[in-house]
Amino acid sequence: MALPPPDPQFVLRGTSAAVHALHFSCASQEPDVPILYSGSENGLIHAWNLQTHRVDAALDGHGRKSVCCVETMGGKDRLLSQGRDQRICLWDLAEGRTAVADSVFTENVGFCRCSLLQVAQGRWLMAMAAKALEEVQVLELPSKTSVCTLKPEVGAKLGMPMCLKLWQLSCGSQPLLLAGYEDGSVVLWNLSMGKALSQLVCHQEPVMSLDFDSEKAKGISGSSEKVLSIWSLNEQQNLQVYKTHRLVNAGISGITIRPDKKILATAGWDHRIRIFGWKKMKPLAVLDYHTATVHCVSFSDHSNPRDRLLAAGSKDHRISLWSIYTQT
Amino acid sequence: VCFIPGGLDCSISFVSHILGKVCVHGRQREILSVLVPRLTELTKSDCIWQRICWRLVECVPDRWMEAVVLGFVQRAPGAGVLSRLLGNLVVKNKKAQFVVTQKVLLLQYGHTTAVLQNLLGYLSLDSLRRALLIKVLKELLETWASSSAVKHSPPEQQQYIGKAILICLSHLKEPEIESCRQELLTSMMEGVKCHLDSNLPQIRHLGMIVAESISSKINTDGPVLKFQYEEDDEARELKSLLVQTPPFCVVPSLPDDDRNGKADAALPLVLESNKKSHTAAPVMPDEESDAELDSDDDLIPYDMSEDKELNTKAPVYIRDCIEVLTGSEDVDKWEATVKALESLVRKNPAATREVSVELAKILLHLEEKTCIEGFVELRQRAQVAVLTTDPVPVVKYLTSQFYSLNYSLRQRMDILDVLVLAAQELSSPKSHGRMKHSGAQKPCIQLLPGSDSSKDWRRIVDERIKSKTRRFASGQSQVEPAPSPNEFNSVAGHFFFPLIQHFDRPLTTFDLLGEDHFVLGRLVHTLAILLHLAVNTVAVTAMGKALLEFVWALRFHTDSYVRQGLLSCISSVLLSVSAERLLEDMTEELLETQSWLGDVVEKDPDGECRRLALQNLLLMENLKKKLKTIPS
Repeated sequence: MALPPPDPQFVLRGTSAAVHALHFSCASQEPDVPILYSGSENGLIHAWNLQTHRVDAALDGHGRKSVCCVETMGGKDRLLSQGRDQRICLWDLAEGRTAVADSVFTENVGFCRCSLLQVAQGRWLMAMAAKALEEVQVLELPSKTSVCTLKPEVGAKLGMPMCLKLWQLSCGSQPLLLAGYEDGSVVLWNLSMGKALSQLVCHQEPVMSLDFDSEKAKGISGSSEKVLSIWSLNEQQNLQVYKTHRLVNAGISGITIRPDKKILATAGWDHRIRIFGWKKMKPLAVLDYHTATVHCVSFSDHSNPRDRLLAAGSKDHRISLWSIYTQT
Repeated sequence: VCFIPGGLDCSISFVSHILGKVCVHGRQREILSVLVPRLTELTKSDCIWQRICWRLVECVPDRWMEAVVLGFVQRAPGAGVLSRLLGNLVVKNKKAQFVVTQKVLLLQYGHTTAVLQNLLGYLSLDSLRRALLIKVLKELLETWASSSAVKHSPPEQQQYIGKAILICLSHLKEPEIESCRQELLTSMMEGVKCHLDSNLPQIRHLGMIVAESISSKINTDGPVLKFQYEEDDEARELKSLLVQTPPFCVVPSLPDDDRNGKADAALPLVLESNKKSHTAAPVMPDEESDAELDSDDDLIPYDMSEDKELNTKAPVYIRDCIEVLTGSEDVDKWEATVKALESLVRKNPAATREVSVELAKILLHLEEKTCIEGFVELRQRAQVAVLTTDPVPVVKYLTSQFYSLNYSLRQRMDILDVLVLAAQELSSPKSHGRMKHSGAQKPCIQLLPGSDSSKDWRRIVDERIKSKTRRFASGQSQVEPAPSPNEFNSVAGHFFFPLIQHFDRPLTTFDLLGEDHFVLGRLVHTLAILLHLAVNTVAVTAMGKALLEFVWALRFHTDSYVRQGLLSCISSVLLSVSAERLLEDMTEELLETQSWLGDVVEKDPDGECRRLALQNLLLMENLKKKLKTIPS
């Protein structure tokens, strides 16, 4: 007999607004406390202390506009946040400061979350949706210089970029970008040449979220329909559909593969978080706790595997923390 | 009395005479309880004793034959024993034949199944007697198939005849069935028709079971008749009678019935447990099919059976609901609307009042598009909600539709049900809702007693008084339901009078006094309930008077369900209308009714009718007594 799905280990309350972005920072050793950053619709970024389960700091940098993306840049003192006030803010949180160190004006009013990749010590690449409708711009941080602008060819009619993922096969190799667009296709871009290597139509509806496993060269994307699409990258850098997985209810807002590449989590519009085994897309669990759409899911980066957590932020103002499949 | 064994040629007619006399005086039990076991023992293997026994019974004079034969039939522990004891008495003696084949089976019906088994088994055991068995079966079938018998004989008698038929069928052999196949078929067809026409479910079940059995006997290959009915204990018992163990086994037939009954009871249990294991089975293969070797194997899936589709498509406005129900092709939306309709109607009374008649019309004609669980209940609850929200126009519409053309019987009865449920809701005090509110208001903020001394002394004095007074009764500890105006008062007449108006006017598709007597029965019962719910309303007197006249017009109706309804109408009148009103306004009607009730108590064939009539007469007696005690 299968066990009933587990209950959340803890539920963080207190954001008083829908939670759109989550990011863990738990890799550092003692005496540093594991932190979870959450970005809410009221423009605040909360730093949750995962030992006391209380908010350590609330950062207000986006003028009450919704925060759609939160990322750390090498340690918990450097934070990057993207808001719908068309700004990407870089924060300096060392020694208790809560100041915006730098900001980038994106001129983009869409919902596309930016993607960060560390290419060298102290050097980052950030991909974000640019001012023009179909373009993606890649900047180098912290210098804020533009590396390239990725424009789809004329007549491609891809629509807005919906989700981005920067990745490189190993440290030092060429960074590549996977972008999911409004028309349901996923495009692989080469940044140095600024052109598309491959395009694959995965969905009939806009691609809401995607994630990529560079080791296995396999990725997964979710959309507003009932299908999850799993695609792979072959040696010629071509995207091919590997398989599709049909869901019970339509609508996925976020997909995340765990850092150990064993499981992945999807955040659904049907208020449920689904866990799959990554190797064969075997459905493992359906976590039914939230009472409204789950906007984002994130896995923690704890060094001890047993402490690993999954966090899910929802429109019902709650963040649920789950300890699931930590034994492997 | 002991018998002399040996080859003596003795005359035992004297003994027969004694036996007969004793039996006819009612002492069957005592004498036969000694005699029958003894004779059973003795006749088991001894032919001479058998013959002596036969002589014994044959010599009983005719006038006492019935008592003796009946006693033997009742006492004998089995058909085989009875056969040994009585021999071919039925063939030789006219009186015995009459008792066995006519009186016990057709004219009496109080005997147990065991007696029937004995009797019919006895008839089947000898080739001479089998002819009688077939004759008996034909006569039983004739009675079973006659519509007047079905209408006028009590249900217990019909049950008895049904059992006898089933036992006969179980004894018949192939060639015999062949010979009377045609007759069996014709009587089965006729019998099924009049049984299914009846209003009492017991008769219908009986008809169905017997028809099925007959059909299975005459069509051993090929399609048999199969009805859908509830398998209750009675049905199982009847069916178990069809299976007969071979007549020469020593074990008496009574435990056989039990065994068959238990086997039947055990079978459903086994089937149920099979079903349960089948439903559990599909869950397992889903998880076991993924047992390929990969490192994901150590990730055990959790139970995902709760993962179902979300239904978020129910409309939020009443007018949207109307649109969806009348036109939409989207089946999911339609389903969600049907499920959500009742609560929407109750939450938006103002909006509902605007479209109440239209909504009622849609609901009356609403048919099941997809298979929803509890569709009938959902529709009915929605109709009741609409009716209670806006009673007057909707009730006018529904009562006018009840007598209109081109509605099915089901729809007309739905109208009646909805009217009753809505009347019940309107007439009952809304105690639950009110109580909750008053409960919520009670924990008001208690002001802390200030250090104001003027308040203190009052408090202290109160406490002192309280401690000094002795209380004898604690009074009512339960909160009384808050009184609210009776909403049924203003609309009771609207519910009642239109229903009574046109009952004698036949339409082409609907004839209450003719074929559709089932609906008439339901109508009568509905009127009784409506009157009962109208107690304490202003219109109840007029309603009572109209109802008594209605009852008077229909009092000789042939259908017993209708008569039961009429009698419950009278009960409602007697209980709901106040005594003074009854006496002043309805004296003649009451007197006429009283004489009719007396007639019913004595002569009505249906037991339930007689009981209800007796109840009504008692109510009238109580009424008279109450009026006498009131000082005029």
